[in-house]
Amino acid sequence: MGTVMVSTTVDNSEDFRRRLKEVYGIDTALCYQCGKCAAGCPTAFAMENTVRQLIRMIQMGLIREVLSSYSIWACAACETCSVRCPREVEPARLMESLRIEAQRAGLVSDKTSKTFHDLFLQSVEDHGLLHEVGMMARLNVLTGNLFSNAEFGPAMLAQGKLHFLPKKIENPEAVARIFANVRKKRGEIK
Amino acid sequence: MKRIGVFVCHCGSNIAHTVDCKQVADEAAAMPGVVHAQEYKYMCSEPGQVLIQEAVKEHNLDGYVVTACSPRMHETTFRKCAGRCGLNPYMVEQVNIREHCSWVHADKEAGTEKAIDLMRMGVAKVLKNEPLKAATIPMTKRALVIGAGIAGIQAALDIADNGFPVTLLDREHSIGGRMAQIDKTFPTLDCSACILTPKMVEVAQHPNVELMTYAEVESVGGFIGSFDVTIRKKARYVDTKRCTGCGACIQKCPSKVPSEFEMEMGPRKSIYVPFPQAVPNKPVIDAPHCRYLQTGKCGICKKICPTDAIRFDDQDEVVTERFGTIVVATGYQQFDISAYEEYGGGRIPDVITGMHLERLLNASGPTSGKIKRPSDGKEPKNIVFIKCVGSRDEAKNRPYCSKTCCMYVAKQATLLKEKLPASKSYIFYMDVRTGGKNYEEFYRRTQVDYDGHYIRGRVSKIFQVGDRLIVRGDDSLLGRPVEIEADLVVLAAGMDPQHDARELARTLGIAYDAHGWYTEAHPKLKPVETQTGGIFLAGACQGPKDIPDSVAQGSAAAVKASALLTKTELTGEPMIAQCNEAMCSGCGLCVTICPYKAITRQPKQERIHGKMRERMVSTINSGLCQGCGACTVACPSSAMNMGGFSDEQIMAEVDALCQR
Repeated sequence: MGTVMVSTTVDNSEDFRRRLKEVYGIDTALCYQCGKCAAGCPTAFAMENTVRQLIRMIQMGLIREVLSSYSIWACAACETCSVRCPREVEPARLMESLRIEAQRAGLVSDKTSKTFHDLFLQSVEDHGLLHEVGMMARLNVLTGNLFSNAEFGPAMLAQGKLHFLPKKIENPEAVARIFANVRKKRGEIK
Repeated sequence: MKRIGVFVCHCGSNIAHTVDCKQVADEAAAMPGVVHAQEYKYMCSEPGQVLIQEAVKEHNLDGYVVTACSPRMHETTFRKCAGRCGLNPYMVEQVNIREHCSWVHADKEAGTEKAIDLMRMGVAKVLKNEPLKAATIPMTKRALVIGAGIAGIQAALDIADNGFPVTLLDREHSIGGRMAQIDKTFPTLDCSACILTPKMVEVAQHPNVELMTYAEVESVGGFIGSFDVTIRKKARYVDTKRCTGCGACIQKCPSKVPSEFEMEMGPRKSIYVPFPQAVPNKPVIDAPHCRYLQTGKCGICKKICPTDAIRFDDQDEVVTERFGTIVVATGYQQFDISAYEEYGGGRIPDVITGMHLERLLNASGPTSGKIKRPSDGKEPKNIVFIKCVGSRDEAKNRPYCSKTCCMYVAKQATLLKEKLPASKSYIFYMDVRTGGKNYEEFYRRTQVDYDGHYIRGRVSKIFQVGDRLIVRGDDSLLGRPVEIEADLVVLAAGMDPQHDARELARTLGIAYDAHGWYTEAHPKLKPVETQTGGIFLAGACQGPKDIPDSVAQGSAAAVKASALLTKTELTGEPMIAQCNEAMCSGCGLCVTICPYKAITRQPKQERIHGKMRERMVSTINSGLCQGCGACTVACPSSAMNMGGFSDEQIMAEVDALCQR
C-alpha cells in the first residue's frame, strides 16, 4: 500500500464527511478508534476492513476505497456496534449509509451481496417479514448458482425452519408504509 | 546492671500463629538483665500500654524491649508510652517479629527460634542504650521563595497572607515566569496574562513581600531555621528608586537585540523590560549589547532620562541574608529541539516549538497576534503538530511524559482554527493524555468542533519542497504511511529541568533525579518536602506540571513553610551523628561524604604534654544532620557514632546473635 497524501485526501473528502453528517446523521469525527464496534462484530471475520478501520479511512479521506470495500456488504445490520459504541457514532447506520452511497457512486464491489441485500429487503416489503425459501430461490436464479446453500435445506426443513409459503403478518400496511417513507426520503437525498 | 523488661505482643494471631510467644517471654526472662517478661494480645492497645507502664513502675525498669510489629508502625507509640511513665523515650527498643518473622515464615518452631534470636538482640542493645535528648534550633521568621513564576508567586502570597515576611527572588528582571509568555490557558481559554498579572501586582504590593528580581542565589549555608543565603543582585544600570518606568529610554535606545521573551522572533532594545506588564516595570540595561557600556559611545538613555536614573557605573551587589525556610520554585525550560535532526534540528524556519506558537498567537507578540509563519510571513493553511518531541523518547534520554503538551496542542489547534477558519491542523500523537478536570472534554471539542485531525504515530521526517514542508509519518490506526504538505510545523517540545537545576540543587543541598528534576521526600505522602529540613518544592522544578498543579503545589509548600514559621524554635532529631572528639583524627572523610553538608572541620585547642596544641576535629551541625549514618561508616577511627545506633549497640546485637 502506498503512502497516503493526507493533506490532499482529507481536503478532498470534506464534502463526503459533511454529507454523512447532514444526510445520515453520522459524525465520524466523534470516533476515537477504540475498536469496541469491531471487537463485537459477528461478521468481522468476513470483512477485509473492520468497521473501526472503515471509520478511520473516512476520517483520513480514503472514500473511494471505503465505498468499494466488500466489508460494507458483509455487515449484517445486527446493530451490536451501535448499541455498544461509547461515542454514539452509530456504526450500523454508517454501514447502511455507505451501502447507499456505494450504489450511488457505482462502486458496489460485491454484486452477489448487493443482490442478496436487495432481495432481502424486497422479501420483507412483499411479505412483511423475510420468506427464506423464496428469497434464496430468487438469489440462486439471479446469481446463476442454482444449488448454492441448498445443502442446508433438508436439515432446516426437518427442524421446521423453512416454509414453502410465506407467512402472513398482522399489519402488512405498516411495513409497506415504512418502505414508502424510506423511498420518499431517498428521493429527497441528492 | 540495668533493669530491663521484655513485652511480647501476639498481634492477635498475626504473630502468635507462627511464634510461640510464651516461649519467647520465658527465654527473655532467663536473660541477664531482664527482670520482667510478659506476653499480651495487643501491646499497642490502650490496656497493653497500661500494662507496660505498670510493669515499669512495679519492677523499676530502666528500659524495655517490645517484640511486636515493625518500628515503622508503633515505635512512636512505645516511645511515648515510656515518656508517660518517666522513662527517657530512647530507652525503648522495638523488635520486629511480625514483618521480619511471623509473616514470612510458616514453620512455628523455626519462627519461634528466630523471634527469640531477634528478642535477644533487642535486649543486648537496650542494655547499651543511653537516654537521648533532642536539641532545639532557633527559627528565623522569614521565608525565601526562589523563582517567581506562578508557583513561586502563589507560595509567596500564601506565606505573606499567613503573616510572615517573605522574599520572592527571580533571576529575570520581571516576575511572572513561563506563564507570562503563554497566550491562553487550557481548558478554559482564559487569557494567561489576564489571570497572571493581577497576581503579579498583588504579590509586588503585598506589605509582607520583598521582591528581589534580577538576582541569583550564590550559596546557601546553615540549616532549617537559619539558612544564610548569599544572593548576587545583578547590576541593572538603572536606579530603580529614581526610575518611574516612563519608557523614554527604551524608545530612544538605538540598539536592537532579538527578544528572548518573544523566542527571538521579534526585537527588543538593549535597555528594556521583557514584556509590557512586567513587574517591576522598570528597565535594565543588557550590558553585552549596550553601545555605551561596550564602546563608550552613545549614552542616549542617560541623556533622555527625565529622572537621571541611568547608572553606567552600577555594579553587582552581593548580600547575605538569613531565612528560616526556603521554597524552591525554579520551574522548567523548554526542550531544545536541535536534538531532533529528522525534524530539521531547529534550522527550518517554519518548524517552530509550542512556545513560539504561543508568542505568535499572542496579541502583544511579535506579529500582534496574526498567525504568520516565520520564513515569509505567509498565513499557514495546513499546520502539523508533532507531539512527544523531547518526551517519552528513551533515545533522547527523556523517558518521561511532559504532561502539558497534549493539552497545549489541543488548545493551540483550537485557537488556530478560531483565528484561521480555513486552516487545518493535523496532530501526530502517540497517546492523548488528558488527565485533569475538563481536559478530556476540551480535547474532544478540538477534534469534533474545531476540525483537529489526530493521527496516531510519530513523524519520521520533515523536509522542504519549495516553500512547503513535507511531513512523513505513519497512521498506525490506518496501518499506512502518510504524508502531509504543511505550511507550518509545530513541535510540541516537552519540559526540561532548568539547565542549571543541578547546580542550584547542590547549592541548596537537595536531591534531584537522573534528569535534574528535584526529588520530593516521598512521592505520595511528602510531595512538597525535600529530604533537607526546611526546604520545600513548588511547581515544575519537581517535574513537569501544568498551571493548576503548580499553583496547588505553591500553596501546599506555603502551608508547610508557614507551619515552620509559626514556631519560635524547632525540636531536632536526637538520633543524629555524634563525634567523639578524642578519637577524631580530623581526616575530614566524613565532611566530604555527608550528603547534607552537616559536618565541618573545626580547630580544637587541647593541652598535650603541658603545651597548648591545636588540631582539627569534625563538628556536627545538629540542625542539618538527618541521621543517615554515612559518616559513621566512613570514619576510619570510629569517632563517629549515631545516637541510638552506636557501634557499641550494634556490636552488642551481633554478639547476642552469635552467642546462642
